[in-house]
Amino acid sequence: MTPLEPSRSTPGAERRGSRTSSRRSPGSTPGAERRGPRTPSPRPSESLRGQVLLAALALVVVWGGLAWIVRRPILPSPILVFEAFITGLAGDLGLHFLASLWRVVASTALSVALAVPAGLVLGQSERLNRIFSPVIYLLLPIPKVVLVPVVLLFLGVGDLPKIVIIFFILFFQILVLVRDQAAGIRPELVHSVRSLGAGRRALFRFVYLPASLPAILTALRQSVGTAVAVLYVAELFATQRGLGYYIFLAGSTLFDYPKMYAGVVAMSLLGLGLYFAVDALHRRLCPWQFAG
Amino acid sequence: MIDVRDLTFSYPDGTLVFEGFSWHVEAGEAWAVLGPSGCGKTTLLYLLAGLRRPSAGEILVGGESLTRPRPRTGLILQDFGLLPWATVRENAALGLRLRGFYGPDGTHAPPEASGVALTAAAVRAQVDPWLERLGLDSVSGSFPAQISGGQRQRTAIARTFVLGPDLLLMDEPFAALDAPTRESLQNLTLQLQAESGLTTVVVTHTIEEAALLGRTVLLLGRLPNRDARIVANPEAGRPEFREEPGYTAACGRLRHALEAVA
Repeated sequence: MTPLEPSRSTPGAERRGSRTSSRRSPGSTPGAERRGPRTPSPRPSESLRGQVLLAALALVVVWGGLAWIVRRPILPSPILVFEAFITGLAGDLGLHFLASLWRVVASTALSVALAVPAGLVLGQSERLNRIFSPVIYLLLPIPKVVLVPVVLLFLGVGDLPKIVIIFFILFFQILVLVRDQAAGIRPELVHSVRSLGAGRRALFRFVYLPASLPAILTALRQSVGTAVAVLYVAELFATQRGLGYYIFLAGSTLFDYPKMYAGVVAMSLLGLGLYFAVDALHRRLCPWQFAG
Repeated sequence: MIDVRDLTFSYPDGTLVFEGFSWHVEAGEAWAVLGPSGCGKTTLLYLLAGLRRPSAGEILVGGESLTRPRPRTGLILQDFGLLPWATVRENAALGLRLRGFYGPDGTHAPPEASGVALTAAAVRAQVDPWLERLGLDSVSGSFPAQISGGQRQRTAIARTFVLGPDLLLMDEPFAALDAPTRESLQNLTLQLQAESGLTTVVVTHTIEEAALLGRTVLLLGRLPNRDARIVANPEAGRPEFREEPGYTAACGRLRHALEAVA
């Protein structure tokens, strides 16, 4: 058997026929074959960013209007809050922000590191999934935030209990989405990659993991809001660092409302920033989902 | 090249597809497997690809008993089996990357591939000529969802031929394509086969395709399949055959033979 080499000079009508039929040329045979590469559309994230900025401006205007009408200390004007925010950043607000950021990022990293492999394994093995899915089914809808006091009792003060609580929430969401994604991979795809020589390890690396990336990022995007909300609750207890503590202290103890609102703004920015970060990561890691 | 000995295969639900079925394919032959849907054509192909195991009996490919997919067998399916997240070039290079992943262990990759360091440049050097030959160089950076069905199937062909197969298995490879695209890809298949002396088995439900691609045609019919019913079609295997009077006659012969078994 002669080794197969792609020859460059292939005479014959078939060659020409097959070439022209795969090129974008006007006229002649109709059909999808001659679709060329599409030019990618302008990145929607840029226009989205502009719209979000506009919406934020509108929100500030409405807020200012309301503050002007209400004229009470519990709703300070945006200008006062902005001043408090800037003063805070120079002082301790930045440190609280970093403490909260660290907790969210650490718990997210932990959740991804543990939930993704677990989801991939469950998605591939029907037997394991049959064993574990009732447990997951039971645990998934339980509002993990009610576990805050319990986790605090067991793990005490410090960052760990906060990280663990957020981990509980993210873990199950990522697990379920990754599992379903891995289980939903078309068997034809697995067959043809196996026929190229892939064993179980290579299937994980070249099929299941990349196929699950969008699910991981979707889970993260869905969970960012919840994670920050739970972070706030978790930071009300047994800590003197974090934006939750900052907001609570300024609002309920010091009655420094501009400072409290500065904390709220910081927490909103934290959530928004994380959301945009996940979005950017999605575009970077899954370019095929955004291409033309 | 292929030796099917006393093959029995049934699905877990009890459907008996093959019972004591034997069939032989010489190296370099071009076979078409023809039959109505549900006759076990695809099952046979998956068995030959090592993706399913016989319930009883044995399948030898290249002289070795088949227990798992064989590195030098190429498989092309109707829906292309391309990775949606990889570009055309990355898809075409997948087989080589898998070989790099395992190394030349003889199980996942042929042992003679040893010593070849699969650097990115080396992979590219092997893949790019095929992309160019198959007219894919202009879309090499596109994702499968961005290109046409014909281009996707060309990508699958490139991915297979980059690995230098000696046996090519195709399952309804062109069924989802429009007529001109289908014809150009059938011609490409014939041409690649003529160049390389590669053994091919094409599963199809279309009489015309079997008459064009199969110099020998295996007919499958009512389950379970016990005997290999074979129709010789020696004039096939050339694109020009489509235009010749013998082609119409071959289609007629196959149609009658198919009516007899179904």
